[in-house]
Amino acid sequence: MKKFAGIDIGSRTIELVVIDEAGQIVNSLQTDTGFDPMSEAKRMTGEVEYTTIMATGYGRNLFEIAFDSPTVTEIKAHATGARFYFPEATVVLDIGGQDSKVISMFPSGKVKKFEMNDRCAAGTGKFMEIMAKSLGFDIEQFGEKAMKYKHRLQISAMCTVFAESEVTSLIAKGHSPADIAMGLHQSITNRVAGMIKRVSAGEDLVFTGGVAYNPCMHDQLEKQLGVRVLTPDNPQHVGALGAALLARAEA
Amino acid sequence: MKEEIANRLQQISEQNLIDIEQAKEQGRSVIGFYCLYSPTEMAVAVNAIPVPLCGTRNDPIPAAEETLPRNLCPLIKSSYGYGVSDTCPYFRASDIIIGDTTCDGKKKMFELMARFKPTHVIELPQSQNNPMAMEFWRAEIEHFKTVIEETSGQQIDKAKLGAAIKLMNRERHVRKALMDVNKAKPAPLRGAELIEILFRVGFLADKEYGISLMEELTAAAREGAFRQGDPPKNRARRILLTGVPVGLGSDKIVNIVEQLGSDIVAFENCSGYKQAFTVDEGKDPIDALAEQYLATPCSVMSPNEGRFNLLREMVEEFSIDGVIDLTWQGCHTYNVEAYLVDKMLQETFGITSLHLETDYSESDTEQLKVRIEAYLEML
Ligand code: SF4
Ligand code: SF4
Repeated sequence: MKKFAGIDIGSRTIELVVIDEAGQIVNSLQTDTGFDPMSEAKRMTGEVEYTTIMATGYGRNLFEIAFDSPTVTEIKAHATGARFYFPEATVVLDIGGQDSKVISMFPSGKVKKFEMNDRCAAGTGKFMEIMAKSLGFDIEQFGEKAMKYKHRLQISAMCTVFAESEVTSLIAKGHSPADIAMGLHQSITNRVAGMIKRVSAGEDLVFTGGVAYNPCMHDQLEKQLGVRVLTPDNPQHVGALGAALLARAEA
Repeated sequence: MKEEIANRLQQISEQNLIDIEQAKEQGRSVIGFYCLYSPTEMAVAVNAIPVPLCGTRNDPIPAAEETLPRNLCPLIKSSYGYGVSDTCPYFRASDIIIGDTTCDGKKKMFELMARFKPTHVIELPQSQNNPMAMEFWRAEIEHFKTVIEETSGQQIDKAKLGAAIKLMNRERHVRKALMDVNKAKPAPLRGAELIEILFRVGFLADKEYGISLMEELTAAAREGAFRQGDPPKNRARRILLTGVPVGLGSDKIVNIVEQLGSDIVAFENCSGYKQAFTVDEGKDPIDALAEQYLATPCSVMSPNEGRFNLLREMVEEFSIDGVIDLTWQGCHTYNVEAYLVDKMLQETFGITSLHLETDYSESDTEQLKVRIEAYLEML
């Protein structure tokens, strides 16, 4: 039986997904990108069996050269992966470690428009990590803690450096970490909502990437946008899964 | 580009610098232009040499940033940088600089430039269909005429101006013919080649020579001279580039698109099709120049209907698959107008555009690549 692999080489993590001819997921691996992504990729691909492979993510061109494999952009990969879980979906929001993107599709699944932020940390996983840390929270609980807020707070700075000093001064003024955390979630949501509105018109949204695990983001997005936010089982491997599906389609 | 043609263009450019030096010694003036709104005919009418000085390279930007704010449009910084660091031979050769009050950054930059170089700034209205604006603009063109007369020490009469219009119409006509070669499928000229030819010809002191050179290259392109030996491409998309001007050194978007296997077949910007107009030869020359030049469809105009008409025409005539709309960082007018461009394209042709915002540096090449690749994938 043939098997198809997809590898998503991002700036912070690498995901590898293998599917069979029926589209069932056979393997799903993840690791930190580290300093030498190609040897990580080599190690991972050595651990699984596959007939053909397709690469996506920022490292896709390096992989293409080293492994002589076809590539696809993360835009198409995410769109394809998201449709696997939600066949009707037409909008995807992906917030990864260092970038965020919104993709809208035609009902057929073909990409219609997209928008990316990969120039600054604002509104990405990295930003949330730094903020959680400065408030003394684990990133895994950041969202839950924020949902215990009591008072609404407005946080205006979105640049990581400025937001950090704004947070420090809010702590000094005696605001509770939960309130500040909520304020941060809201300002990230505002920013992301702007991107979503530029490319879509109020359709339900598939939320992927590491930040999709955060329940507060999920909640805030639904409230602000008035749409359903759908999260796949494993939001971080959607890009790799999409690449695997495209490898199967090309075979 | 085929090597021998590239080498020849390079040689022509080098020879041209020598020619300009000589022409100056023989008393011809050199007039530096920055923008499509200033009628070059005025320079041609006194047998002066008009040179397009718009900065298209990153190199002089650090020198400009010693004075200008960093978050200014790179075209303005590059233009100023060349002047202030004295690294552009054409700038050095210019007897006077002609600027226009187009966007805020540029008009304020000219104030600084005027401190080390004779500079005349033409005041440009912001709207094209206001009769009062036209009256004012016509007076500005008249005044521009006297500035050129003073610089060159020669009078400009109707006959001289009429002849200059005729010559420049011919030049624009052959420019257009060269660009129109790419209406053919597949496009005989790569975008990067087209930009290079148009860019280099723009500096030539001898207009007649430029015209015959373009005619020759047009014929060669039609016969496939530029594509000899190229492997056929299967998924090449026909892309139109619109938005801010691009030239040698600021053509990174063109190169990325072509590396990714598609073609930029046409340019709806100042470096390309915005120059493909004709000045009415039947009217009073000042009237005709004032009318035609004010009609330039640049985003500094409000509203800027002409650009949408031109885009519609080009998307059809060049059988365009996709449109990339380029904005230099800090250019508000093109940045804002991008929304309307995308909306028009969606409504008229059912295609979305890819709007890119960048500068002259190479720092964001990877980010641009993902966007362009994803856009080409979806077409
Ligand atoms: S883009 Fe507009 S302002 Fe800039 S040179 Fe062209 S016509 Fe002038
Ligand atoms: S690109 Fe925009 S900001 Fe730059 S000079 Fe032209 S109009 Fe001005």
